[in-house]
Amino acid sequence: MKFTPNPPAVVEEMLASIGLNNLDQLFLDIKDDLKQTNQHEFVKNGLSEMEIRDHMKKLAARNTNLDEYPSFLGAGAYDHYIPAVMEQLMWRSEFYTAYTPYQPEISQGILQSIFEYQTLICNLTGMDVSNASMYDGGSALAEACSLACLHTRKRKVLVPDTVHPEYIEILKTYAVSGAMEIIIVPGSEGVYEPAVFSSMIDQDTAAVVIQQPNFFGNLEEIVQIGEAIHMKKGLLIMAVDPISLAILKSPGELGADIVVGEGQSLGNSLSFGGPYLGFMAATNKFLRKIPGRIVGQTVDTRGNRAFVLTLQAREQHIRREKASSNICSNQALNALAASIYLTAVGSQGIRDIAMRCHQLACFAQTELEKRGVQLLFDKPFFKEFAVKLNDPAAMNRRLLENGIIGGYELPGAMLLAFTEKRNRAEIERLARVLGGKEND
Amino acid sequence: MTKLIFERNISGANSFQLPPLDIPAAEGAGKIPTHLLRETPPDIPSVSEVELIRHYTELSKRAYGVDNGFYPLGSCTMKYNPKINEWAARLPGFTQIHPYQAPETVQGALQLLYDMGNMLGEITGMDHFTLQPAAGAHGEMTGVMMIKAYHNKRGDFKRTKMMVPDSAHGTNPATANVVGYEVIEIKSNERGLVDIDDLKAKMSDEVAGLMLTNPNTLGLFEEEIQSIAAIVHEGGGLLYYDGANLNAIMGVCRPGDMGFDVVHLNLHKTFSTPHGGGGPGSGPVGVKAFLADFLPKPVITKNGDQYGFDYDRPDSIGKVKNFYGNFGVIVRAYTYIMAVGHEGLKDACQQAVLNANYLRCHLQGKYHIPFDRLCKHEFVISARNQMEANHVATLDIAKRLLDYGYHPPTIYFPLIIKEAMMIEPTETESRERLDSFIAAMEKIAAEAMDDPRVVQDAPHTTVIGRVDEVTAARSPIVKWEA
Repeated sequence: MKFTPNPPAVVEEMLASIGLNNLDQLFLDIKDDLKQTNQHEFVKNGLSEMEIRDHMKKLAARNTNLDEYPSFLGAGAYDHYIPAVMEQLMWRSEFYTAYTPYQPEISQGILQSIFEYQTLICNLTGMDVSNASMYDGGSALAEACSLACLHTRKRKVLVPDTVHPEYIEILKTYAVSGAMEIIIVPGSEGVYEPAVFSSMIDQDTAAVVIQQPNFFGNLEEIVQIGEAIHMKKGLLIMAVDPISLAILKSPGELGADIVVGEGQSLGNSLSFGGPYLGFMAATNKFLRKIPGRIVGQTVDTRGNRAFVLTLQAREQHIRREKASSNICSNQALNALAASIYLTAVGSQGIRDIAMRCHQLACFAQTELEKRGVQLLFDKPFFKEFAVKLNDPAAMNRRLLENGIIGGYELPGAMLLAFTEKRNRAEIERLARVLGGKEND
Repeated sequence: MTKLIFERNISGANSFQLPPLDIPAAEGAGKIPTHLLRETPPDIPSVSEVELIRHYTELSKRAYGVDNGFYPLGSCTMKYNPKINEWAARLPGFTQIHPYQAPETVQGALQLLYDMGNMLGEITGMDHFTLQPAAGAHGEMTGVMMIKAYHNKRGDFKRTKMMVPDSAHGTNPATANVVGYEVIEIKSNERGLVDIDDLKAKMSDEVAGLMLTNPNTLGLFEEEIQSIAAIVHEGGGLLYYDGANLNAIMGVCRPGDMGFDVVHLNLHKTFSTPHGGGGPGSGPVGVKAFLADFLPKPVITKNGDQYGFDYDRPDSIGKVKNFYGNFGVIVRAYTYIMAVGHEGLKDACQQAVLNANYLRCHLQGKYHIPFDRLCKHEFVISARNQMEANHVATLDIAKRLLDYGYHPPTIYFPLIIKEAMMIEPTETESRERLDSFIAAMEKIAAEAMDDPRVVQDAPHTTVIGRVDEVTAARSPIVKWEA
């Protein structure tokens, strides 16, 4: 296929009009010994559209997909229902083929959608300000920790090992800057240990990070640790599941200073891990420090309400080497999906979804325990919990033979997630297989 | 004025419903302790489905994408986003797969990622690629972290500085800073290229490397790139390629052959994936073999005909993002490369460079062109003359272009040119489009002389006029309140 619109005769005329004879003359500034001579081993000849369809369908067919198999995988990416309106609206190419809205006069639609997104995130999290979104949950947490170190002029960030292990890896990677030191604190019984954790907070502690629900699906106690870190003039950073916020106390109510999370659950498909969106919200005092794009409301020359990218003095294209983050894009389309999703399900709908997830998880616990499968931890959970299993990998293979995509494998355990898409029959089937009695 | 979605709230209008509960309902909030429960539900608007559709359809009409018209934003490569890419990326076999599924259940996805790495390696002349970074700036960070890891591994801890030309994208110095480097700026010479003497003078055993875009942001090819590479390498540094401008050379020459050690690409520029109104993008990073150990983990592997993950990488910089990258974006870029093939990639580059030179030549005499010689995929003009004559600024010309139905070029960048307008037409524009853009630019140049007010007060035809950015920043309103 070709997407260049000028046929050869036109190309000839264009070349002639600028005094050139052939296309090669456009590259006279590149020395001959640099000109590409490699054989084409990997990039082959182009294909027709029909051939492409065939090829891509075959590749896609080699993946076992969740449209066909019920799945209990979560661990940071969740199989929530995506309403039909989403697909239609996400096809609007005025949205998806636009650039960053640098020109507000022709970009009010994108800018307004981001402003609405920021408001929705603030409302969910109970915070004052939200940016326009970031790459994903893990990198948003890393940016939050950098922000905390910058703001407090301290270096230490305490992170319990009940935080998602990939988030912890990303934090360690970002810490190469030398501006922060990540200290991992072992938890106990599937939650962090408030006493141990509090005793480690000192004058050099910039922030503590708590994930709610945590990686194991368990609910952490927040209030005391928040008070303890604030006593030492450090910050409370929370990483949260946005669906859970429909029914769980908001980070704002719990005293969080910076809140981040993985926004995939809000109307974005699993898509093998991306693109997703990370959200970041904070209290007012971070308004001029928070990284990423921010849209603000203002007026135009005619007195109309208008929206515009604002507070750009924080950003890399103005501050260059003095910028505290190098981020220069957001996940605008994924943020748009999140906004449309929240509006599509509505205030009651999001609560129903959150409660349904929890109720199915409770039902699953009962069904599993009936069949002798024990939970790894005896802690309150939201929509996800771990069960003890001798060989989780073998069990996942058994589940797959029974038409089920199982859970996330932990040492001697399996983490299972329950979204509103699951139902009684699927959970009973899961319990039968995990209980070793698939033929019951 | 368009209402905000919150202003369309009608209590009870939303009719979303779940299937009936087919299990015994748990009491109250089930097993969640009461003190963890929210007392006030979050404020989310209640809107009927039809009004929801109309709201977002209305917003889409107040947006401007490549599908709406010409988008000559310099360094952004706003080329057409082929629809076959969108079709492919929406196949359930790609959208409905979980990142933690067992590798044997996602062989198609892993094969695509593996092959994509090889294709990008061939296109750039690099040995290994990671597809993990989510955007160009994220790729820069990943690449510079690998440079740091390389020096550290050698015990060479005194290299605390990173060199960046004064014409560089803002992300380059910002990236060097966030990875913990002190930034040293390299001057441009009178031809708009790296000042070799300045580079020589600043290269030392304290310098970790040089971040370079080639062609640079003026659209000019660094003709002495091999000498530049030699200076940096002889001084013990590494050479980083900012791939924002790869469209200018794709299929003609390769950063790997020029001496670059690390390369990031922007799949959302060069490889035709849509920009999404600001994202998602994808910023793969390629390295020469001697840096492979430092790549983020996991690395996608192939044994026989089985694809899998390698997490056992002790020297890896770690992870920069959850999972494996923006897979949905990678599917689109992969589809594009498969569709156009190697000859199509070269054709895209040639046509992009032709279009840029066509515009440059036909704008001569109307606007000041600081470096008026053969350019690559983009070039920079200046409103210097219009400013001197009648105080018509680059911003005014950009706004007047909106009245003529065009997205303006990148403005006031690069910083080394006064009243800069950086124009990148891309290869997917026809001569007719280019001619009508030239005609619009000529008309604006004439207006700037004869009727400057009409330019200075522009735009006149858009849904809103110019916005008050000062108030927006001084008294920020960043969320809606009733």
